[in-house]
Amino acid sequence: MRYVRPETAEEAADLLGREEGVSRILAGGTDVLVQLKSGLVEPDLIVDIKRIAGMRDITPEAGGFRIGAAVSGAMLGEHAGVKALWPGVVEGFELIGSTQVQGRATMAGNLCNGSPAGDAVPGLVAAAAVARIQGPGGTRDCPVAEIPVGPGRTALGKGEFITSILLPARPAGSGDAYLRFIPRTEMDIAVASAAVSLTLGAGGRVAAARVALGAVAPTVRLVEAAADCLIGTGLGEEALAALAAACSAACSPIDDKRGTIAFRSQVAGVLARRAAAIAHQRAGRTS
Amino acid sequence: MKTIQVATTVNGDGAEFVCGHDETLLDALRNRLGLTGAKEGCGTGDCGACSVRLDDRLVCSCLVLAVEAEGARIDTIEGLAQGETLHPLQQSFIDLAALQCGICTPGILVAAKALLDRNPEPTDTEIRYWLAGNLCRCTGYDKIVRAVQDAAAKMRSA
Amino acid sequence: MALDSSSKRVFKVVGTRPPRPDGVDKVTGRALYGADVSAPGMLVGRILRSPHAHARIRAIDTTAAEALPGVKAVVTARDFARLEGDKIIDMGEDRTSLRDVRDNCLARDKALYDGHAVAAVAALTPEIARAALKLIAVDYEILPHVIDVDAAMRPEAPVVLAGRAHENVPGGMSPNVTNHCEFGHGDLEAGFAQADRIVERSFTTAATHQGYIEPHACLASVTGDGRADLWCCTQGQYNVRDICAELMGMQASQLRVTASEIGGGFGGKTVVFIEPVALLLARKSGRPVKIVMSREEVFRATGPTVSASIDVRIGMARDGRITAGEAVLRYSGGAFPCETVDMGAQAAFACYDLRAVRTLGWNVLTNRPKEAAYRAPGAPQAIYAVESVVDELCQGFGLDPLEVRLRNAARKGTKSSYGPTFEAIGLEATLEAAKAHPHYSAPLGPGQGRGLSAGFWFNFGGNTSVSLSVNTDGTVGITEGNPDIGGSRASISLMAAEELGIPYERVRATIADTSSLGHNDVTDGSRVTFAVGLATIKAARDAKQKMCARAARIWGIDEEAVLWEDGAAKPSGPNAGDFPPMTLAEIAAVSFKTGGPIAGHNEAHADGAGVSFGVHICDVEVDRETGATKVLRYTVIQDAGKAVHPDYVEGQMQGGAVQGIGWALNEEYIYGEDGRLQNAGFLDYRVPVASDLPQIDTVILEIPNPGHPYGVRGVGETPIVPPLAALSNAVSRAIGHRMTRLPMSPPRVLEAINAGR
Repeated sequence: MRYVRPETAEEAADLLGREEGVSRILAGGTDVLVQLKSGLVEPDLIVDIKRIAGMRDITPEAGGFRIGAAVSGAMLGEHAGVKALWPGVVEGFELIGSTQVQGRATMAGNLCNGSPAGDAVPGLVAAAAVARIQGPGGTRDCPVAEIPVGPGRTALGKGEFITSILLPARPAGSGDAYLRFIPRTEMDIAVASAAVSLTLGAGGRVAAARVALGAVAPTVRLVEAAADCLIGTGLGEEALAALAAACSAACSPIDDKRGTIAFRSQVAGVLARRAAAIAHQRAGRTS
Repeated sequence: MKTIQVATTVNGDGAEFVCGHDETLLDALRNRLGLTGAKEGCGTGDCGACSVRLDDRLVCSCLVLAVEAEGARIDTIEGLAQGETLHPLQQSFIDLAALQCGICTPGILVAAKALLDRNPEPTDTEIRYWLAGNLCRCTGYDKIVRAVQDAAAKMRSA
Repeated sequence: MALDSSSKRVFKVVGTRPPRPDGVDKVTGRALYGADVSAPGMLVGRILRSPHAHARIRAIDTTAAEALPGVKAVVTARDFARLEGDKIIDMGEDRTSLRDVRDNCLARDKALYDGHAVAAVAALTPEIARAALKLIAVDYEILPHVIDVDAAMRPEAPVVLAGRAHENVPGGMSPNVTNHCEFGHGDLEAGFAQADRIVERSFTTAATHQGYIEPHACLASVTGDGRADLWCCTQGQYNVRDICAELMGMQASQLRVTASEIGGGFGGKTVVFIEPVALLLARKSGRPVKIVMSREEVFRATGPTVSASIDVRIGMARDGRITAGEAVLRYSGGAFPCETVDMGAQAAFACYDLRAVRTLGWNVLTNRPKEAAYRAPGAPQAIYAVESVVDELCQGFGLDPLEVRLRNAARKGTKSSYGPTFEAIGLEATLEAAKAHPHYSAPLGPGQGRGLSAGFWFNFGGNTSVSLSVNTDGTVGITEGNPDIGGSRASISLMAAEELGIPYERVRATIADTSSLGHNDVTDGSRVTFAVGLATIKAARDAKQKMCARAARIWGIDEEAVLWEDGAAKPSGPNAGDFPPMTLAEIAAVSFKTGGPIAGHNEAHADGAGVSFGVHICDVEVDRETGATKVLRYTVIQDAGKAVHPDYVEGQMQGGAVQGIGWALNEEYIYGEDGRLQNAGFLDYRVPVASDLPQIDTVILEIPNPGHPYGVRGVGETPIVPPLAALSNAVSRAIGHRMTRLPMSPPRVLEAINAGR
């Protein structure tokens, strides 16, 4: 294994593009080092991107924020601006692992790990966040929702890596929230999770909504049918019940050591309902 | 080139070592620098026994590559006491019997110090969530939480 | 040595809470644990493990691994010394077959579980060692496997090991059934006939792991002249020495084992796994070899608990009197025979004074790692099942569960369900203390439930050696042979100071290696404070007698005319004469002129360990939409006998309770269809984290153990017994559905809630 620490994104993409063996990006390392330890992957090349300019920056952009790929959970959690604009995204990311893991883990890493249970991802999908990707041929932007394509697999091509994620601006009267279910209070992988982002319009009715579910399908899933249950409603009991049912119906989970199909489907609906109520409350505060 | 030379600062002192490209900071601390206070309980970031500070951030040293220490500042359990004078956390852990076997204790002390540095008056719940990544199998955590509170109170009144 | 006649003895040092002697080392990172030492020229040892749950090993080809540059030795089971027949090793609380230990350390003909060691290498670096393991070719013939205890009892089940059934196992059963036991007394059917209600239920409990944070680690060195040194984290260095010496074909005297500081054990470090392998590699390579297990190896290939399937039937009269109790326990201790079910069958009804009681136990082989002790081995499962049925009967009659337990409580003079008649025991006092505790009468909110359970453990004494030296400056050194796993240096030092009448600070306790002190049984059975304490008191009395003799010599009077009081020798009796007392320090200062160094010692088998009882109260809140259980409040009440260092008594009670909470709610060994362990890490083997828990309140009762001069009882194991039923009863009451399977993970609780909707 060879460790390199390029100074520019172009250099990193070039190294990754030319590597014939297995390569891995190192930012927070909280997934990569676990994979190294278990022998799950034996990379030939590790590219540490933390010294590249901008990777550890949080920059205001067009009313939103651009989050560098090496920004840790601890750094994001200390940023008052992002927390105020996208509290659900921040709290989802902050749920990952321990205080120690938060000192290192990154949203881009959580996304590129490709796990359907990544806690940072549903919030980003609900937020319609956009990843900026550096490749050997230049940069491109891609909606976060389109990055994961299956367990452990992403839409990134050879030599490509994420340099930042843009959390967009949002209108007043918006709120988001993320909830996950784990058996303990901390330190577990989500068994089911839900993120809801919504914007209130005239008369306090939901004008726009996005609902994303985690750990209930091969990838984090944006559930438009669930969002439709909210749009145009005042988020009463009936709408929330419809949301829960739509979410449960959208699940295609697996039985495994962390939960059953029935449990995941039922609880995903419960979490979506609860998250919608929190997002609603937050939206009310900013309108 | 199979190894890399790393220059870093450990507990305030300059330190240099040579390590493998895939070697963890935990292994380098223990095997290259002889600092065995940080323990490997899991190697996967799930137990916190290897907790150290990396440029002030609390991290699991098993999840950091040793080469990442280049130019950084590392603080370990070995640097917590000032000579013979124990840090208030260390003293409270002894006084209130907050350790039994002691294997998790270095990691918990490093983590608790990081907490009190940013929050000198934490609630019990804040302590419990901050330390959720530090497994202790002997104490049931009760005396640990009390000892952190005891030390925090003493540090506030000092 | 019976309780000192003045059982109302006023203690001066015992019962105080001084800092532990090893505290500074352990808060500064200075203390050296198993993996913390190295030796010049040391090699890295690594173990190749079976990926199959059950497979015949047709051949192992190690030539490619041996040829890899940097590899200095490769070993397999063939490298062990030949054993002439088998030998049963007495481990104190437990007994085990030497042949089984050997075959567990390195598989011989068959790999019996996922993770079973099959070969090992010693190499210059971890990278080379890892590469070498990949070059070892094992020719496996995969065999059908069986994981579940009930499935393994069926006649058609795959046979784990044949020919291992004990003679008391009836014919016609699966060869996997290796042990049978039966306990009880009275006319069961007559008892059930008197009952107004009979509840019969079946329960299962998953295998759990001790979850000590320190993985097993050792450093072995063998010299060309046949001497060897072994440094390791263990609960019993003498047992490690005896077993390793046999397996290596060495004399015990030539193998010195030093116990490192130990990062938790809870019973799981009473046996050997990597130590004999490291010695083999060290001998073959001629260099020191260190082996440190990974966490994954700890889960896959050390000693978790039994998994259990239990039927319980209890009859109760309307007034709460239990008329009869019966339990059938089926335990699997994994791939080798074990006797843990005996302890479960004995403990099941130990809290009750019953006229008719019977327990039957069966041990069954499965393709799981061989079970090791875990805090009160066998008892938590059995008592969980019994206490669940008692709770259900209380609910059925609308009776208070504490009153019912008081009504049926075992007391002094009760013929216990497992045979002996109890001496002074603390169950009634413990139940009364629970009743009086504000927790028991505090109001509960909606969705909340309160659970109660009693618990019991035997405790153990065993073989012990202690040496106590009186230094010329008036200080005292104690040499003991049991690793300090949770503050025992402090409690032993307290008892020595008490007996000698000197300050605690003048005593220093040291844990000896196997060459420096006579045999000590492993640190198990809650025996150390009791048995090592007893031996320390006796050693101190031996030293006091010698110091009195020195004083007598100085004063020129008879030895019988000198007594020891308040840390000094004093003349006593009508003809003793009038001399000022001589303190320990004064006698010690002149010892070289009065006959030489002064020391006391004691070597004995300690009997008289008092049984111990605890009662736990637990409040939970269950989220009816997710099945999540939150522990809101928890109180532990236990008869500890005399609490020598109350902080560490509380610590045992709190730690044991939390391990039990984990067992009840989330911890379990999860196997796939392929028989492989699916959760070999702290991510998915979910031990409680700090934020899962409330404070654990403790109430220590001190009912003196008549079998110890200070009234000390074992403390450490009993606290893991009640939590299983306390949690299950609390959850069952909160959701209105009787839970019968552990752990009560959220999917299972939600399923139960859904079923009741």
